[in-house]
Amino acid sequence: MSTAPELRQRAEALAGLLPPLLAHAEHLAAAVLMGAHGRRRAGQGEEFWQYRAARPGDEARAIDWRRSARSDAHFVREKEWQAAQAVHIWVDEAQSMDFASDPELGTKGDRARLLALAAAVLLVRAGERVALAALGTPPRTGELQLLRITEALTQPRDRPDYGAPEVRGMPPHARAVFISDFLGPLEPVAAQLTKAADRGVKGALVQILDPAEEAFPYDGRTIFESMGGELRHETLKAGELRGRYLERLAARKAELADLARATGWQFHCHHTSQSAQAALMWLYAALERRR
Amino acid sequence: MFMLGPIGFTAPWILAALAALPILWLLLRAVPPAPIRRRFPGVALLLGLTDDETQTDRTPWWLLMLRTLAVAALILGFAGPVLNPQERTAGSGPLLILADASWASARDWPRRLERIEVALDEAGRDGRPVAVVTLTDLPAGPPAFQAAGAWAGRLAALAPKPWEPDMEAAAAWAGALEGGFETFWLSDGLAREGREALLAALQARGGVRVFEDPRPVLALRPPVFDGGTITLSAVRSRPGAAAELELVAQGRDPLGVERELARATLAFAEGAREAEVALSLPGELRNRISRFELAGIRSAGAVSLTDDALRRREVALIAARTDREGLELLSPLYYLRKALVPTADVIEGGLADVLPANPDVIVLADVAKIAEPEAEALRAWVEAGGLLLRFAGPQLAASDVSRAEEDPLMPVRLRAGGRTVGGAMSWGEPKRLRPFAEGSPFYGLAVPDDVTVRAQVLAQPDPELAGRVIATLADGTPLVTRKRMGAGQVVLFHVTANAEWSSLPLSGLFVQMLERLAVSSRPPQPSAEELAGTVWSPEKVLDAFGRIEDAGTLPGVPGERLAEARLGPDLPPGLYAGEERRLAVNVARADTVLAPARWPASVPVEGMGAQREMMLAGPLFAAALMMLMLDILASLWLSGRLGLRPAATVALAALALALPAPEAARAQESEADARAIAATREVTLAHVLTGNARVDEVAAAGLRGLSRVLFQRTSVEPAEPMAVDLERDELAFYPLLYWPVTPDQPLPSAAAYARLNQFLRTGGMIVFDTRDADIARFGASSPNGRALQRLAAALDIPPLEPVPADHVLTRTFYLLQDFPGRHASRDVWVEAAPPDAEKVEGMPFRNLNDNVTPVVIGGNDWAAAWAIDPAGNPMFPVGRGFGGERQRELAYRFGVNLVMHVLTGNYKSDQVHVPALLERLGQ
Repeated sequence: MSTAPELRQRAEALAGLLPPLLAHAEHLAAAVLMGAHGRRRAGQGEEFWQYRAARPGDEARAIDWRRSARSDAHFVREKEWQAAQAVHIWVDEAQSMDFASDPELGTKGDRARLLALAAAVLLVRAGERVALAALGTPPRTGELQLLRITEALTQPRDRPDYGAPEVRGMPPHARAVFISDFLGPLEPVAAQLTKAADRGVKGALVQILDPAEEAFPYDGRTIFESMGGELRHETLKAGELRGRYLERLAARKAELADLARATGWQFHCHHTSQSAQAALMWLYAALERRR
Repeated sequence: MFMLGPIGFTAPWILAALAALPILWLLLRAVPPAPIRRRFPGVALLLGLTDDETQTDRTPWWLLMLRTLAVAALILGFAGPVLNPQERTAGSGPLLILADASWASARDWPRRLERIEVALDEAGRDGRPVAVVTLTDLPAGPPAFQAAGAWAGRLAALAPKPWEPDMEAAAAWAGALEGGFETFWLSDGLAREGREALLAALQARGGVRVFEDPRPVLALRPPVFDGGTITLSAVRSRPGAAAELELVAQGRDPLGVERELARATLAFAEGAREAEVALSLPGELRNRISRFELAGIRSAGAVSLTDDALRRREVALIAARTDREGLELLSPLYYLRKALVPTADVIEGGLADVLPANPDVIVLADVAKIAEPEAEALRAWVEAGGLLLRFAGPQLAASDVSRAEEDPLMPVRLRAGGRTVGGAMSWGEPKRLRPFAEGSPFYGLAVPDDVTVRAQVLAQPDPELAGRVIATLADGTPLVTRKRMGAGQVVLFHVTANAEWSSLPLSGLFVQMLERLAVSSRPPQPSAEELAGTVWSPEKVLDAFGRIEDAGTLPGVPGERLAEARLGPDLPPGLYAGEERRLAVNVARADTVLAPARWPASVPVEGMGAQREMMLAGPLFAAALMMLMLDILASLWLSGRLGLRPAATVALAALALALPAPEAARAQESEADARAIAATREVTLAHVLTGNARVDEVAAAGLRGLSRVLFQRTSVEPAEPMAVDLERDELAFYPLLYWPVTPDQPLPSAAAYARLNQFLRTGGMIVFDTRDADIARFGASSPNGRALQRLAAALDIPPLEPVPADHVLTRTFYLLQDFPGRHASRDVWVEAAPPDAEKVEGMPFRNLNDNVTPVVIGGNDWAAAWAIDPAGNPMFPVGRGFGGERQRELAYRFGVNLVMHVLTGNYKSDQVHVPALLERLGQ
């Protein structure tokens, strides 16, 4: 058991980390207009959905007497089904996400965490349940879950050079969001997506890239190293490689898009130089569309 | 020395290193640029890609060329290249550098100095001791031979003098020298008596070399004024080709500004030594000329100052109105006009018309009464230096002017009636004049026998009378009296200006007397007898370059010395003022003739043609450095490290080419702009930098705390507070300046005070905080209070009073009656309410002043109460427990009220009208 001052100090250090990311994410989420969240079918809920003729087996208290009195048959008042959806979010935490070509832009990882948390804020406000893959817990709703996600996102941990999505305990017909730069090997991504598709899980792939990764503005004799230093490639004339690099990048994007199409997912490529708002809008729409 | 065209090398064997350049070429070629390490996540996509070509292993040829050139420039630089190297034989033994340094060498003095410098350089290289001596300023003893380096620093102080050297003294000085030395003589090129003697004395000690400017020496003789034209002549020392010189007459224009008044061309015919030009100028212009000069020649010889000789005095003649017409010979002014017209400009008219023309002399012939305003103007004119000359006459004798009391415009009191001697009704002879006494301006004038006086006005015997009489009759009665008044004088002739009372106006003595009184102009040059016994004080002096300088405290010059006219240290050329006139002493006199110096064939004479040696090593090193800089840029660019933005590349190149000055200035400007934009984008509170780091820090923290409170509670959303340096920063951007007072704070400069007053006048507010309310009350009882008095003395601060209970500060946002800070003193002072502010019946407050109070003065250390650290916690404790926190809260509320007061002015004061408005609305 730690002493009170120590505990307080740690708590303050933790609280010091939380507000900026959460506040920023909430600021971002506030800009998205909330719409109706009905499931477009009868079920448990608050909103009126339709009247239907009473069938045998309906409880007497389910009959809407006011409507029934206007005709000879009995009617039952049905409400729209408003079940909460579970959404799993996976954020790539590999070292490759630490890259920023310009300090002003911020790293890809920052953008990914911001997007993930903003999406989580939106979903929680809409009453959905959210889970973060890194937490490993089942999806939950509420402000507390947001704080847990924030904490998990800001916690430092041991990280590989390139990340691969890993979502455990995904229930059938849930939603999922994968946010990464998808520059590492594609096989784990494909495997995970196939597994998700098998369970009827639909979702969105968000690829976050730095402008430098899109433009390859390098020249001269250069040794390129991955962020962890595991991969390296030496060239004498970096400028000559540009065309071929861009071809490969385009091929990678096409592959991801194909993969998404095949599994019924959505794919979006976002650059850190763009506004996070646009990516969030797309993400929100992508999650809404398949509902 | 190894010569290559006009370039010689002091260390030619280093040039052998040039042979190594091709090897360098090969070496540099083989080394490829070093790689850059880059972190790049996209490397996963690069794996497996190979380079198409390996050609960039080699450095490009132009980079190689640049490097090779840089190295070549270095090698050449080290080889010690010299342009125009002087082939000379090294002398030995001491060297005496002798300069005439007269006015004639002023024209090319810089080149002479350069030549002396070259000679010093040579002597320095040969290790010879040197002495530099100017003949116009001979040292008392033998010359001090010193190392050449010691002289180099003193050369700048070497200046020519506006006179000619005294050759006899110089020869005597040279004859007394001992030991052998070589002489290098910078002659001014003029023949001079005694030059041979000096040369012989010098040659007895060792070799003599002479340096001379082959160009002729020019001099301008003084102007000669005759019959309305001014004749000017210039002389030159060598007859040469035809030449034209511009002659300029300088003087003051009517506004008193020195400017060019006239210009003429002096043309030397071929082979002629003299040139002449005649100028015909209107009298107004001529009187204002102060000097003539030859344009473009910087020498005292080319300037000729003018004195009174050129001036024609302006004389106003005024007579009492006469009704009699046609009696010309009886007119009181007839003889005066005859005497003055040839030598002076005469104007006539009423006193009121004449005074604005500001004549030199006003003559009143038998004018008794002068109207009071005119008398007043006349008195002022006399005191400013005018000469009022009055003549007696029947009207003056009949009037009671200056009878009982001395009239200011009369030199003496007069007895009633006057007297008549030698007339039909009186006995006695007409009186003759007594010879003029010493001390009288007329002293020395011969008195003709035929001048007699038959009638005169008589002076009352007064204590001052004896001192005022300057001419008497044979029986001792005053004939002419004079009184000094301010800078001017009043002179009374006790007889008429016509021949009615005396025969004086008929004689030549009359004209001479007028001349002596400086009524008329005099012959240009006074004779030696005239000058004897007088002392002349220099007013303006000329230096050797022909520049006019104020004489300052130069001693006076006796007239005998002036008559001698030989210029010297005790008689520099210039303008000398005597008792009544000024005399110009010029370098060239009317009889000046210039002749070139002649040197015996044994003396080598050198012209100005010596070419200067020029060391080329410096420029070569600079070029090499520049090329190496370019090489750095080029290598960076080649290896892709320079960034890809062309603008940045250009900026770097500009930096490398050592042109940082405009960049820096622009950077400074943009910094000021950025600050101005930051200060005006949002409301910004500011505090004055006191120089005490701790106080400044607390002030900044306090304003930060106040800004945060304002942000939270009011619609004022201030930006981060700023620190203001009174000497540097613009104040107009800030609504409020918080000024903590420290005892050791330096006073702002006058410019800073001007800005502060401007700030106060245009609605700014300064909050002075002496921060000592815990130990002192308001006033000068504490060091801080005294510092505040010192600081605020120069500020434009209105009368103050303690904050009244109904001041608008008490209700701009919060309702407050106390203004505590960290201390809770009630002494807070603001601008006093106008005395006529009265409480209207039924109103809660007086209708107070419309303005924002420009200052708030207190000692409650508000900043400390407001101060928060970056985490938002209070920096200082206030009071104790909850009461203390309450006090801090009140301090914040005072701060809010303060800022609201500055931003909204008397808005809350206007609320007093609310009841009246409501009443009206109700109807």
